[in-house]
Amino acid sequence: MSDNSLRVIWVYPDLLSTYGDQGNVLVVERRARQRGLQVERYDVRSDQAVPTSGDIYLIGGGEDRPQRLAAERLRRDGGLNHAVSNGAIVFSVCAGYQILGHEFVNDLGQREPGLGLLDVVSTRGEGARCVGDVLGDIDQPLGLPQLTGFENHQGITHLGPTARPFARIRLGQGNGTGDGTEGAYNDTVFGTYMHGPVLARNPQIADLLLKLALDVNALPPTDDRWYEELRAERITAATTPA
Amino acid sequence: MAGNTDPLSPRAKLAVTAGKAAAAVSRAAGRGSGSVIGGRVALKLDPDLLGRLATHLDVVLVSATNGKTTTTRLIAEALGAAGPVVSNALGANMPAGITSALAGGSDAKFGIIEVDEKYLAGVARDVTPKAIALLNLSRDQLDRAGETRMLAERWREGLSGSKAVVIANADDPLVVWAASSSPNVVWVAAGQEWKDDAWSCPSCGGVMQRPGDDWFCGECGFRRPTASWALNGDHVLDPHGSAWPIHLQLPGRANKANAATSAAVAAVFGVPPQVALERMYQVQAVAGRYDVVQFMGRDLRLLLAKNPAGWLETFSLIDPPPTPVILSVNARGADGTDTSWLWDVDYTRLAGHPIFVIGDRRLDLAVRLEVAGLDFRVCETADEAVQLAPPGRIEAIANYTAFQDLRRRVGN
Repeated sequence: MSDNSLRVIWVYPDLLSTYGDQGNVLVVERRARQRGLQVERYDVRSDQAVPTSGDIYLIGGGEDRPQRLAAERLRRDGGLNHAVSNGAIVFSVCAGYQILGHEFVNDLGQREPGLGLLDVVSTRGEGARCVGDVLGDIDQPLGLPQLTGFENHQGITHLGPTARPFARIRLGQGNGTGDGTEGAYNDTVFGTYMHGPVLARNPQIADLLLKLALDVNALPPTDDRWYEELRAERITAATTPA
Repeated sequence: MAGNTDPLSPRAKLAVTAGKAAAAVSRAAGRGSGSVIGGRVALKLDPDLLGRLATHLDVVLVSATNGKTTTTRLIAEALGAAGPVVSNALGANMPAGITSALAGGSDAKFGIIEVDEKYLAGVARDVTPKAIALLNLSRDQLDRAGETRMLAERWREGLSGSKAVVIANADDPLVVWAASSSPNVVWVAAGQEWKDDAWSCPSCGGVMQRPGDDWFCGECGFRRPTASWALNGDHVLDPHGSAWPIHLQLPGRANKANAATSAAVAAVFGVPPQVALERMYQVQAVAGRYDVVQFMGRDLRLLLAKNPAGWLETFSLIDPPPTPVILSVNARGADGTDTSWLWDVDYTRLAGHPIFVIGDRRLDLAVRLEVAGLDFRVCETADEAVQLAPPGRIEAIANYTAFQDLRRRVGN
């Protein structure tokens, strides 16, 4: 973070941009600009080096083979790990979330090493795919309102001792472990199964990322009327039987 | 293969009759056209009925993520020059609907059949088609349809043993991957605006290079085939190098591409491009799509767009600003229940248009447009949106069930 410019890196849109998670980048960009920041956005393709000097890195969900290819290329590149050691913020979704952990199960049914940036291990669920609206309470120290999102995954993610659950599920599957957890985070690295995209459904999470990147406790207010109406509608829909 | 030399067995005849009776009951009960229920009843009585009905026909299958209903219609018009046609023109594109449509065409020479992407391999096995037209593949309803590349893989496996002539879009790497297992392919350079499902090589996973209109994998050598047919602006180029002007009533680049593919299909059956194209010009609207209707004293053009690739093609055909635009999105079963795909659509293309937002999921759209920095109005109903729209013909763009809702409301 230098002066009032913010560097936002969208990691591997060629592989991990299948489920609308590009929306997370758009929401971060928009909310940063509304606070008077100059945003430099970099879309880094998987045949390019991941810059190490970004402020916020966003990674989306993708299909099974692209997920393996992304993990291979990110491990080989090393840029993302380097950025995190520089204090960068990372926010990841679904396939991207699994890649940030120690390992996951790839499209060939094999255990694929991840980047080890989150203390989690992912396996593949035997049961039905987790698909549908999700409602949860975000981990209290983060001080954020209810989580709403849409999940669509087969993976199950187990948290190790240094990862905190990002949320506790009221409705839906989340990490799929049956213990009611959803997502994981440590100081600056976040992972979630939520699409929607999750930052459009929960703009306060986008603001949290901005506050962490700017190292501030508060941001100027924005007019969040449409976000609030959407949140209210989705929360009601999730809790009302069809 | 055409002609009625192989009459239906008594069992097949009974199945057709039972299916028609079920359809009539369904219609009488006000539950739609009855074509799907009729087909289901018939298939239950005779599981091989689809194949048996098709033995009398020269069958053409049409599949894609977008444009299959329209292209099916264009091909049906074109081949009408060479003989009577039966077709599932209303878009009932799964085996039951297809069976029902074919059962209604005992005198036909050609069966022009739209097939849902997920069912193509199975239907191609059942009906022994003469030709298969493959237009494009892109992300669509990922919460229920599964992965786009896996669909291409299933097409590829299903087509590898087929004797059909495959007419395929050389500009879509996923379609090329699917078609290139087939021994007899006619490549059509039909173009494709949406590129975001094929940055990764379908063959080896390498990063795709896409300079200009070309594409190739930098790692394994999988590349764009040389096309014998092409869409070039407002013309179809045929394999002899002749350029045929396209004067469709249907709007947009995508429909010109559909016409180019349809002309290539017609040529397989000996219908020359000029004859084929002229017959296509009669098509004004397809199952309500592109129809201009009068509603509350205003002209509305009804446009269907179901997924990011479809919205992108639709944005390129609407009238320029300040033409008012109504957007309607639902997320019911037939639409897919996840609205995340709205964020893959570049709504900044609507800058300058007065925008009115309706549909079950208008709030998802509202947030999407807010983040895109656009001005818009959220309305409760189509009526309210039309009332508020400034003068001029209104472009109404809707996804699947939202489109049906809109048609019903405007009496189309």
